[in-house]
Amino acid sequence: MSVLVIAEHDNKSLKGATLNTITAATQLSEQVDVLVAGTQCADVAAAVAKVAGVSNVLVFDSPAYEHQLAESLAPLLKEIASDYKYVLAPATTFGKNLLPRAAALLDCQPISDIIEVVDGTTFKRPIYAGNAIATVTSQQSKLLLTVRSTAFDPAPSQDSSAPIQNQDIAITNELSHFVGEQVAESDRPELTAANIVISGGRGMQNGDNFSLLYGIADKLGAAVGASRAAVDSGFVPNDMQVGQTGKIVAPDLYIAVGISGAIQHLAGMKDSKVIVAINKDEDAPIFQVADYGLVADLFTALPELNELL
Amino acid sequence: MKILVAIKRVVDYNVKVRPTSDGKGVDIANAKKSINPFCEIAVEEAVRLKEAKQADEVIVVSVGADAVQEQLRTAMALGADRAIQVKTDAELEPLAIAKALAAIVEQEQPGLVILGKQSIDGDNNQTGQMLAALTNRPQGTFASELVVNDNDVQVTREVDGGLQTLSLSLPAIITTDLRLNEPRYASLPNIMKAKRKPLAVTELSELGIDAEPKVVITAVEAPAQRKAGIKVESVAELVDKLKNEAKVIA
Ligand SMILES: Cc1cc2nc3c(=O)[nH]c(=O)nc-3n(C[C@H](O)[C@H](O)[C@H](O)COP(=O)(O)OP(=O)(O)OC[C@H]3O[C@@H](n4cnc5c(N)ncnc54)[C@H](O)[C@@H]3O)c2cc1C
Ligand SMILES: Nc1ncnc2c1ncn2[C@@H]1O[C@H](COP(=O)(O)O)[C@@H](O)[C@H]1O
Repeated sequence: MSVLVIAEHDNKSLKGATLNTITAATQLSEQVDVLVAGTQCADVAAAVAKVAGVSNVLVFDSPAYEHQLAESLAPLLKEIASDYKYVLAPATTFGKNLLPRAAALLDCQPISDIIEVVDGTTFKRPIYAGNAIATVTSQQSKLLLTVRSTAFDPAPSQDSSAPIQNQDIAITNELSHFVGEQVAESDRPELTAANIVISGGRGMQNGDNFSLLYGIADKLGAAVGASRAAVDSGFVPNDMQVGQTGKIVAPDLYIAVGISGAIQHLAGMKDSKVIVAINKDEDAPIFQVADYGLVADLFTALPELNELL
Repeated sequence: MKILVAIKRVVDYNVKVRPTSDGKGVDIANAKKSINPFCEIAVEEAVRLKEAKQADEVIVVSVGADAVQEQLRTAMALGADRAIQVKTDAELEPLAIAKALAAIVEQEQPGLVILGKQSIDGDNNQTGQMLAALTNRPQGTFASELVVNDNDVQVTREVDGGLQTLSLSLPAIITTDLRLNEPRYASLPNIMKAKRKPLAVTELSELGIDAEPKVVITAVEAPAQRKAGIKVESVAELVDKLKNEAKVIA
């Protein structure tokens, strides 16, 4: 009844969401193998071996997996999945892109975005932008799941190291090629891992005004997020979007500035521990989920906040 | 080149759904239904490619009961040339929908299939990737820009770390993200014209696929409700509360 977890990484470092996925995996089985497919990814494999709960690290190191395209990785998963009852991936853009493709090759119906393991065949997952939580059960011989990282703690590290097994199945793919990427560079914490998130919406009016948020974020060690409206208006890049169709965050403190609180935005942040809303409209729906609401013009409130921190 | 666009009829994105009182499903019988927003973007992209003479025909397909004809007509009013309903009264899972769509792909041989990245009711984000696997085509998921060439399509994808660009050989499968385009509104003359565009109905049973559910919803509950909060009068009070009451900042 073992589990295979697909590690997310950039060939150099392991992405944090993998750790939350490993925690979900340990709730399903004591045998948790982690797949690391990439090129020159030994550092990633070594990092995975140090994660508590990992039984074996399976490394597929080949130029074929450099960009971890679904067209190469899905057939690889099909090859090796026979040894496993469960295959888990983080519910990130990486996992969402890959897992369903592999599932179809295995003739399995995957389950997306689980937030709770009820038992070995039963899981909870949000539907309708989190307005309802469905309990789903499946008797399939193999279960492919993506895991919402905010719902599981990250697996801790351990002193000992799990064995690393180098494997040599390389599946080349003629269908898709990597052309390039624009990776957002920031010294601030990653949005989905930060303890404090401060997000701006359409009320920020333009990208330059986001500097009002950056100053506060740097004082608080916070990540900066945004509503879809702020992304669509071109104030900030898409990787900052919080919501149903963006990133899901659940920090200790979430500060929403100039954000109205549409259900699609709430879907991405309403499990935060403490929510603060700053909005000049006292009837804005965001106040219905805010622990502390401040009805104020953000252009006076933010400089004042920066001053007092 | 033909473009096939898969559209889903869903509860409108402005409706806040609630679980039914028996805790078995969601209360949507009387809720307003629309084309899934991501599918609307898929239709728009296909129509723009046709307007740019990069495609000759745009076909929309939806799997579902007769009610989906309403959304198929809307898609034709937005510019699709013809529609296919794969008729079933059952609620299908993404795998079965992908199989049904694969059968239509086999019949129509489109150069591009465009789907939404996610249906906003089930929030699955699976069907496009599964269709790509079943048809052995490359996938460009979460697309925010498409450049179609003779033999390939360049897709810019919205990924967690930023943007990624892939080149996919044609034929290919695309799923849309919100920034790909802003869909137009249907004009009244186009709504009238759409009524006369062809809409073919194929029975799901004729496609010979296994549509038995593999995952069963046993209960639906409301999410944990947040306690009502308070309004603070000033920034100073806010900072004080965060430090001394919530203890979330030092
Ligand atoms: C399929 C779909 C998916 C979506 N996914 C997402 C998603 O993942 N994430 C997301 O965020 N949205 C998403 N949306 C969009 C969502 O529906 C809303 O349109 C969006 O969240 C609104 O962003 P906003 O609150 O910044 O803008 P608005 O709704 O325009 O609100 C701006 C707020 O700023 C306040 N304001 C203005 N000026 C000031 C000032 N000077 N001081 C203080 N307050 C001020 C206003 O009172 C207002 O409340 C999605 C929509 C669809 C259809
Ligand atoms: N019943 C359906 N008929 C046609 N297309 C569908 C159907 N269900 C899902 N799709 C397509 O698959 C996309 C992703 O849906 P999902 O995998 O359910 O999140 C949707 O945006 C549609 O393009």
